[in-house]
Amino acid sequence: MTINALELTRTQKIMFSTQVLRKALRRFTRHRPAMVGLSIVCLFVIAGIFAHALAPYDPDKADFALARQGPSAAHWLGNDELGRDMLSRLIFGARLSLLVGLIPVSIGLFIGVPLGLLAGYFGGGLDMFVMRLIDIMLAFPGILLAIMVSAFLGPGLFNLMISVGVVSIPVYTRLARGSTLAVKEEQFVEAARSIGSSHLRMLRLHILPNIIAPLVIQSSLQVAAAILSAAALGFLGLGVPPNVTEWGTMLQKGRTYIFSAIHIVMFPGFAIMFVVLGLNLLGDGLRDLLDPRMSR
Amino acid sequence: MTRYIIRRILLIIPVLFGASILVFTALRLAPGDPATALAGEQATPELVAQIRQDMGLNEPLPVQYLIYVGKLLQGDWGRSTKTHGRVVEEIMLRLPNTVLLATTSLAFAAAIGILLGILASIKPYSWVDGGSMTMALLGVSMPVFWLGLMLMAFFAVILPRALGMQSPIFPPTGSGTWQHLVMPTITLAMNSMAILARMTRATMLEVLRQDYVRTGRAKGLRERAVIFRHALRNALIPVVTIMGLQFGILLSGAVLTETVFAWPGIGRLLVDSISYRDYPMVQGIILFIAIGFTFVNLVVDVLYAFLDPRIRYA
Repeated sequence: MTINALELTRTQKIMFSTQVLRKALRRFTRHRPAMVGLSIVCLFVIAGIFAHALAPYDPDKADFALARQGPSAAHWLGNDELGRDMLSRLIFGARLSLLVGLIPVSIGLFIGVPLGLLAGYFGGGLDMFVMRLIDIMLAFPGILLAIMVSAFLGPGLFNLMISVGVVSIPVYTRLARGSTLAVKEEQFVEAARSIGSSHLRMLRLHILPNIIAPLVIQSSLQVAAAILSAAALGFLGLGVPPNVTEWGTMLQKGRTYIFSAIHIVMFPGFAIMFVVLGLNLLGDGLRDLLDPRMSR
Repeated sequence: MTRYIIRRILLIIPVLFGASILVFTALRLAPGDPATALAGEQATPELVAQIRQDMGLNEPLPVQYLIYVGKLLQGDWGRSTKTHGRVVEEIMLRLPNTVLLATTSLAFAAAIGILLGILASIKPYSWVDGGSMTMALLGVSMPVFWLGLMLMAFFAVILPRALGMQSPIFPPTGSGTWQHLVMPTITLAMNSMAILARMTRATMLEVLRQDYVRTGRAKGLRERAVIFRHALRNALIPVVTIMGLQFGILLSGAVLTETVFAWPGIGRLLVDSISYRDYPMVQGIILFIAIGFTFVNLVVDVLYAFLDPRIRYA
């Protein structure tokens, strides 16, 4: 069987990309903090997806005889102010935190990345306009933008996701713009331009694939930030309705009992910290692996 | 330098203009009629109509915006629908408390964060480095309001009980004495402290690799002189910038800390105003923090250009 030149190139390409992937995977598995982060994130995702199977009790079933009871053999993490099982509520809360982590970040990605790509690629007036819009959004520091959107839209799961999502738009726009500016100066982009590639083809095939790495790293850190913001909004009473199991809202409801039943507040806080820590470790690890300049 | 400052000031004008449009639009999107909210539930339709007329709510939106900006520039930020007091006066009344809390938090965060960063960079990959960076990682991962609640339980109940004391070690809520400041300061500072520690470590490691540090060591300088006189001064340039930005972020972070400790600052006023649907007050506080943050950033940029001449000519 003869292999023509084109097929050989393709085979070589596949072999090369497999090699690169294998090498990256090996480096990742040797990066201890990243592996710890990944394990925590996997645990969190599994808890969220299989909440019905994993939770020992119905998370909404109140039992006033058990109200504010501390940890016991039957209820490992104790019971809340209405006697509901804390462990089950935390497991179901993971599902919602997974949603409020992923959906707002998707909003940020789908709006922020195209804006940054176009601003960085075309430059000029469009760049100026987009970046001034982003500057305006960044004038509201930290959680303030999310608080403003939430305060005016009102509480609710949908509004919570919009509020947290809006905050991540400027982050992605700036990142995508900066990376596009760097990539568009590369020779392969110039080569593609010289053979007459259209703008859409350039953006889709040459620029976007080359700015994916920083976006992936940022997304891990951004999901962590989104979970913290959502919990903060829940704590301020701007999150989901009280009947929905969410970690921030659990903290808000439990704070009344901080001096008499500390476990009601302690465990949801630990859950948030644990997941955010996992995502931060994973993000730091990915940055070390995908961005050699940042590695120690 | 003067040209740089003028250019930087001119750049914030469209930002402030845009921020005011955003806040104005948000208020118009909010459910309910602002005139009814100001007049109260029992108000007659005539009174509501009169207030609508006075507030200019019958005008088209762009005209309403121009009226709004005109009033803002004259210092008329509206009246609270809850207390009927002037928004600016209520903000100014509580602002010193928030600035005090943000300042002490920044000082605490800088002192501990920079120290941890230096310790970690002097002996990289040692247990000191590992411990400092684990602490920093936990600091950026924990919800600040939860840390506040935990400190409250620890210093007000758990530790006094263990020591057989009758009263809390630090008062859990309120203001007025330095003891009231301790827990809110630690709570608010935690996140910034962690960021400053990580930043100081990274920049110190970078600087310690430079040739002039090696030269310093080669000519027999004491390690302390190399670290503090040569490395730290250069490593702190980006850290100072981050510190400035952190001050603005602390102003907004105070919303959560002030809520936990019932600290009478603008953050708590914002949360109370949201729960009372006092939209003029919410609008005023958010715009005030945005303006404050923009000006703090301006000062930081100018300071950075002053510290590092390469920035001015970029």
